Amino acid sequence: MATEGGSGFSIHPMDQFIVKPLFGDGPVQWYTPTNVTLWMGIAILCIFGLFVLATRHRGIIPTRLQSVAEVFYGFIHNMVEEVAGHEGVKYFPHVMTLFLFILLSNLLGLLPMSFTTTSHIAVTAVLAVLVFLGVTLIGIARKGLGFFAMFWVSSAPLALRPVLAVIEVISYMMRPVSHSIRLAGNLMAGHAVLKVFAGFASMAVVAPVAIGAATAIYALELLVAVVQAYVFTILTCVYLKDAVGDAHH
Amino acid sequence: MATETHGVNWHAECLYDAGGAKGMPQLCTDWMPNQVFWLLVALVVLFLILSRVALPRIGAVLAERKGTITNDLAAAEELKLRAQEAEKAYNEALATARTEAAKIIAAAKAEIRKDLDEATAKADVEIAARVAQSEASIAEIRAGAEEAIAVVAKDTAKELVAHLGGAADARAITTAINARLKG
Repeated sequence: MATEGGSGFSIHPMDQFIVKPLFGDGPVQWYTPTNVTLWMGIAILCIFGLFVLATRHRGIIPTRLQSVAEVFYGFIHNMVEEVAGHEGVKYFPHVMTLFLFILLSNLLGLLPMSFTTTSHIAVTAVLAVLVFLGVTLIGIARKGLGFFAMFWVSSAPLALRPVLAVIEVISYMMRPVSHSIRLAGNLMAGHAVLKVFAGFASMAVVAPVAIGAATAIYALELLVAVVQAYVFTILTCVYLKDAVGDAHH
Repeated sequence: MATETHGVNWHAECLYDAGGAKGMPQLCTDWMPNQVFWLLVALVVLFLILSRVALPRIGAVLAERKGTITNDLAAAEELKLRAQEAEKAYNEALATARTEAAKIIAAAKAEIRKDLDEATAKADVEIAARVAQSEASIAEIRAGAEEAIAVVAKDTAKELVAHLGGAADARAITTAINARLKG
């Protein structure tokens, strides 16, 4: 980075999250192609390669890559069917889109010099709001006002129900917040820590420890990348169940 | 980038003039429209790729495979049933053949027994005849032998008497010898 002076030791763990224009040095307008564009594009190309190019033979006996694509398909399809119910399968392509986008963004972000699009709250917030709005609209479209019955806990004593309804509404409204911050926070923290350890690796005294720690954190981050994509997706399915399943609260 | 001169810092809210991040870049509102715009573009593109091409294709492949496997299993089941039928028919044929063989063996045994009995009876009759004949011969021989003994005894007695100097009375000697032989 430009701030690296002659002192030789400077750690800038947050610089990796800066959004930069791909071409030139102008301002970042809403339409400017930036590193966000680049890494989202790479993620889409990877998914295209795995799910379109690798499956082009439509083999009854699959090739290796085709069976990988089939494993993802089966995994998410089962998750939607088991968690959201049979009615939720209609939204399988939407859930699959979310899962693959987050998974690939997370994993590509672990490449050195790359940019992690899902470490930005602006990105995960849009994803979470899309899920929130989608689930709410689907619920209202399918059940009408009956959708709001999920806030009215009919199994609780009558006196408690208004209080519980308030709590339920608040918790429902907080869903997109926790949903998005969980993902962005996990990735941002992991990448920042990784960068800090990498920075310490330039000091000869602590370099062995720092490199060892960075390696360990990297392994952990690989796990986090997959687990957070999984968590985001399964929560989406859980929310979807409220909209399409039988409301039993 | 160290040699690059930053004529204008377009995002002074978020970046130092030298280019480093101020605080968390995640909270820089200048960049958010850009991120949101490209995210929506990416999601739409990805959704179209997946829902129009990739997922129907994989779903079709999986369904086809499942169908093939089901058909193969059904065919295998049918073949197994046919094999069982064939085995049953074979076992039946085997049992019939065994019964038949047992019958044939019993018939053959009965025939042999009959032949054997006949032969034995014939042999017995023959043996009885031979025995009777032999007994007759023996009786004849014995009678002959007694007569010969009497003749020899008379002759010997006559000779003895003659040698002792007496005149043998033939009739007396015969009577004496007959009495001795009977005694």
